[in-house]
Amino acid sequence: MAVKGMTRRGALRAGAGVVAAGALGAPMVHAQGTGGSLRVAFWDHWVPTGNDAMRALVKDWSEKNRVDVTLDFINTTGNQLQLAGAAQAQSKSGHDIISLAPWDVGTYANVLEPVDDVINRLIAKYGPINQVAEYLAKRDGAWRGVPAVSGTQNKPACVRFDLMQEHAGLDVRAMWPASGEAGPGADQWTWDTFLTAAEKCHKAGYSFGLPLGAFSDAVDWVGALFLSYGASMMDEKGKVTVRGNQKLRTVIEYAVRLSKALPNDVWAWDDASNNRALISGRSALVFNPPSAWAVAKRDQPQVAEKCWTIPMPAGPEGRFLAYLPWTSGIWNFGRNKTAAKALLEFLSERSSAEALTSKTSGYDIPPFASMSDFKIWETEGPPTGTVYNYPLKPHHKAKPSIAFAPAPGEFAAQMYVQALNTKVIARVAQGGDTVDQALGWLERELNTIVRGG
Amino acid sequence: MAADGTLVAGVPASASTGRANGLQRFARRRSTIAFLMTLPLIALIGGLVVYPAGYAMWLSTLNRRMTANIGLGNFELLLENDTFRAVIWQSCIFAVGAVVLKALIGFWLAHMLHHIPAKGQRKWRGMLLVPWVIPPALSTLGWWWMFDPSYSSINWLLSIFAVPAVPWLGEPWWARLSVIMVNVWYGSPFFMIMYLAALKSVPDQLYEAAAIDGATGWQGLRYVTLPMMQNIISITVLFSLIVTFANYDIVRVLTNGGPRDLTQVFASYAFQVGILSGNLPRGAAVSLFMFPVLAVFAFFILRGINRRNKEQM
Repeated sequence: MAVKGMTRRGALRAGAGVVAAGALGAPMVHAQGTGGSLRVAFWDHWVPTGNDAMRALVKDWSEKNRVDVTLDFINTTGNQLQLAGAAQAQSKSGHDIISLAPWDVGTYANVLEPVDDVINRLIAKYGPINQVAEYLAKRDGAWRGVPAVSGTQNKPACVRFDLMQEHAGLDVRAMWPASGEAGPGADQWTWDTFLTAAEKCHKAGYSFGLPLGAFSDAVDWVGALFLSYGASMMDEKGKVTVRGNQKLRTVIEYAVRLSKALPNDVWAWDDASNNRALISGRSALVFNPPSAWAVAKRDQPQVAEKCWTIPMPAGPEGRFLAYLPWTSGIWNFGRNKTAAKALLEFLSERSSAEALTSKTSGYDIPPFASMSDFKIWETEGPPTGTVYNYPLKPHHKAKPSIAFAPAPGEFAAQMYVQALNTKVIARVAQGGDTVDQALGWLERELNTIVRGG
Repeated sequence: MAADGTLVAGVPASASTGRANGLQRFARRRSTIAFLMTLPLIALIGGLVVYPAGYAMWLSTLNRRMTANIGLGNFELLLENDTFRAVIWQSCIFAVGAVVLKALIGFWLAHMLHHIPAKGQRKWRGMLLVPWVIPPALSTLGWWWMFDPSYSSINWLLSIFAVPAVPWLGEPWWARLSVIMVNVWYGSPFFMIMYLAALKSVPDQLYEAAAIDGATGWQGLRYVTLPMMQNIISITVLFSLIVTFANYDIVRVLTNGGPRDLTQVFASYAFQVGILSGNLPRGAAVSLFMFPVLAVFAFFILRGINRRNKEQM
């Protein structure tokens, strides 16, 4: 078969056609930018309006700064966001900015751009930053991410005040009113009072919905409990502190007693089980952000209107509040780090933080204590003021906490993911181990983690 | 066409120089053509199997920060760890228990189907294959709803008959059984379809001869069916064992390894250690742990199949 030859002129014509077709089909750029472009992966918010709020803020910023921003929302179902982070860190390509789960900042610190300049400006403006956020995002003296507003949550107690009053004799609204001060009996809100109330409500058929499995809701509330008893498994230098640790023994014994007043299936609960327990009207108390209340407001309004958020109980070493922050990191292989820093700084401004928090019905918690006074927490309801005590307020006399702090981040991350605090309780309460046997197991697990480096 | 199957016609006269002839001969060699034709497959296997496997092996020899090679240090640490030793034990219970049950149920179903008249067989075959064609993550979610710790629909049904609620996912042995049950539900149709194909290939004359010799139904099964299906059974069991040892989604969705890591298997534990805890090298070591055992197992099974094939030839 004869092959028709192609001339130089023909090739040029064909090439021009291809270029023209490509130009006509190219996507329109929305900021006619001279500031370059950014690819951003943010956490896909549970609250449906959360992404819209973020989109509006980013659009506003991109237009003002003439930067083209591609915004992706990646959800955490099946750990998709964590997998994206792991893949991008390995391949050194992907987005410029990515939302990082609490421990991932430390894991990828060596490929994250330091953001001390951004943080220092924000601290100068808004005061001290949350110490848990600092513990997680700072590595070798440098900030490796900007603590995010979107998705960051506290896990105080969401209480059915009617059931608590009826079965445990506690008026939680009087103890923790929607005002800037504690009410009568607030100083008695301790883990001992909590245990008595749990037993009474359990007897009445409204057991507290406290998960004791390996999911984060379980690890977080148990982490705060341990800290309020001063019980830590590893010190900040990475030394295992299990042997002869009386505080650890005391808190385990307490937790085992408490577990007997909980539903017998809490060992298998996931992060949605406690929400369902509250929403279905079966439970008098859960430790959770206001998402459980928000779903009840939509599906079971008669339950939602009897919910009230109060701080976690206090222990011998003080009151701690479970806090689970997201951090926005900038990959050091990103193409436009200057614009990335500017965007994250903008999103941390008080006005942006208030816009995000308000659009998510108060779910999002900013990392600055000075931002714990947004109007949304006073006005949200019913009942009005139900989430007033959701952010940590000065009169709570509490500290934010994350389980396994102050252990070095690389070890604490493994302890957290392996849920060593709930498992040590489960070994005694469910597995029938003695406390000594469980502590021996715990020590061996911790030593394995430390030896691996 | 030449005797070796290559085309020889139409060779241009200009290609008759010695060098060109040599190249052409090389290109026309059967082995060269075969190699070129399998090149895409080789590239695919190299890119998607050999490279990732080699990379995982290399990863498993690094320290957590991936800055130094520690040889088999990750494997040593794992073997000293209580939880990992439990994971080995649990993975074996899970894989062996599930494969045995799948093989038995698949064999029984295949026999049942084989004896249904051809007209209705297709309908039943389609229905029985449904669990296998649904993505397991999705179907496991359905099972999770049925086993839900607080709102289990199975428990609700049991309560109608005054049977106490079963802690499907909360008690270790119930949780293990639940995980195996879902795997069996998902995997039995694969065994069924393979065994059905094998059953259909057994010549009827063999059964007729056995019947003339006075063989009972059991003897027919023992001395005709099973020997004729031996290769398919071996291949299916091997394949399923490898896949079941590597199973991830059922455990992840159903129990997340709980309670107390007592349903954790290699894949779910590797994900927990490698991705979620940020220790990729140790995660790689967990996932590679069964590789040598399964490789030896596969070697002997495949050698047995080859030997039987040679004997039959």
